[in-house]
Amino acid sequence: MENILQWISANQETIYIVILMIFVGIEVIGRVPSVLHTPLMSGANAIHGVVIIGAIIVMGKAESDNYFALGLGFLAVVLGTLNVVGGFVVTDRMLEMFKKKK
Amino acid sequence: MELHILTLCYIIASVTFIIGLKMLSSPATARRGNLVAAAGMTIAIFATIFLFREDDGKKLHNYVWIFAGLIIGTIAGTLAAKKVKMTAMPEMVSLFNGMGGACAALISAAEFYHTYKINQGAVDTPFSSLVGVGQYITIAAGAIIGTISYTGSIIAWGKLNGRIKDFSFKGQHIVNMIILVLVIGAAVWAYQSAMGNIYLPFILIGFFAFIYGILFVMPIGGADMPVVISLLNSFTGVAAACGGFLYNNKAMLTGGILVGAAGTLLTILMCKAMNRSLTNVLIGSFGGGATAAKGEGGTKTQGAYKEISLADAAMVMGYANKVMIVPGYGLAVAQAQHTCHELEKILGEKGVEVKYAIHPVAGRMPGHMNVLLAEADVSYDKLLEMEYANDEFATTDVVLVLGANDVVNPAAKNDPASPIYGMPILEVEQAKTVIVNKRSMKPGYAGIENDLFFQPKTSMLFGDAKKVLQELCAEVKNI
Repeated sequence: MENILQWISANQETIYIVILMIFVGIEVIGRVPSVLHTPLMSGANAIHGVVIIGAIIVMGKAESDNYFALGLGFLAVVLGTLNVVGGFVVTDRMLEMFKKKK
Repeated sequence: MELHILTLCYIIASVTFIIGLKMLSSPATARRGNLVAAAGMTIAIFATIFLFREDDGKKLHNYVWIFAGLIIGTIAGTLAAKKVKMTAMPEMVSLFNGMGGACAALISAAEFYHTYKINQGAVDTPFSSLVGVGQYITIAAGAIIGTISYTGSIIAWGKLNGRIKDFSFKGQHIVNMIILVLVIGAAVWAYQSAMGNIYLPFILIGFFAFIYGILFVMPIGGADMPVVISLLNSFTGVAAACGGFLYNNKAMLTGGILVGAAGTLLTILMCKAMNRSLTNVLIGSFGGGATAAKGEGGTKTQGAYKEISLADAAMVMGYANKVMIVPGYGLAVAQAQHTCHELEKILGEKGVEVKYAIHPVAGRMPGHMNVLLAEADVSYDKLLEMEYANDEFATTDVVLVLGANDVVNPAAKNDPASPIYGMPILEVEQAKTVIVNKRSMKPGYAGIENDLFFQPKTSMLFGDAKKVLQELCAEVKNI
């Protein structure tokens, strides 16, 4: 019990961020029309590609002669980049279709 | 100094994610919103590469590897995203989502391996005395959620492009539950194992999560895939946030949680658009419901349907005052949107008023039809949303249904036993005549019969949407 309490107070900053972000996330897309559901899903998909930062850190920390760690990190960077770049480009292509409003 | 700039960059990135998401939820600003978020992401990535410092002040190295990975990913991602057909967009999103999930899982694996490596000497020390509970939970959660998101997305991708068929067996939900328990069990076991024999439990965590992702998506009907993708999308968000926890990285944390929360709400909103609940989508797999309905109403006589010839169809439409086109997935598959626009123009020249009735979930993703018709330059004011379209059907002479099925199925209104009961539909049977273009009499995606096709005012026009529309164009011109 004390462990948990300690952990909470040690990480309170993070916990605050999590709670506030949950509300921001809900608030921000609360009134989206159904036409935009798919582009929004796709855009959100690109945003969670932020996980690429973690991949870069893993890659950059690995010792240069540790090929297993390098391989893992490299794969993570490639996949993360696919997520980010592919995600944003696909979203842009979807939304391109909406701009021809007359 | 550099570290302060890094912090600033992360703050900017977090703000652009929020603003980008906000702008994405309104049609006028959506495209710019996407670019805003992309710009923030670019800043965060390059700031990390050049400014990040480890706890002991060391800079990152292996730049060659990092840039090689970034370049390969960028080229492959751009090509894939540019080449994909409009109809295959949802699959593409699912695939990219899977990549993100796999990335999160790999980070956890690498972090785990890193801990193992630096404590290699201490074979007998339990893992729990080397890593704190909080840190371990984030590593394990990242691995589990990331893996589930990865396999789930791949299955969803396979279902959308037809490579994987729906599959469920009796008691599957119980099996799923057991596997989920096994995942958590393996995670607990790994935490208590000694350093020397920790490989097996850690691999088991990944293995069970892998299986769970597959079994979780397998029984859900293909028509519900957008909802599943949206849900897995929010999973990946949470997995990314776990990485943020692990590295105390605020950009990852805010981005991940933001997507986790927004994705969950979006999933619920999508279910609402179909007038179903999330549990209904996840547990009440469509196949089961439909067989039950068939069992009850199986003896109900369907009657006969009648076919209409191309020439007759052209005649009816050419002399109508008002024609309403109801596009569906069939139109998207046949890539017939341009031909459809052509027919609309020809009819327009003959003085026929032509409009489109758009059901919010027609096709394989919400907004699919709007995107498709916009591609063919169909003017926006011709597209009627469901509520407006339903007001106009009574004054419509001919409704042309192009490869849509479930969204015009009157069972959603009349038959409480139907699995789609309660879903708002386009009430096309109010019009004077209904012409339905389908490839065959096979039921639609939800796998249920459609009474509309057997009504006296309905005629069927079989064939591929594009071919039929081309021939219709020619016939209407000749009138």
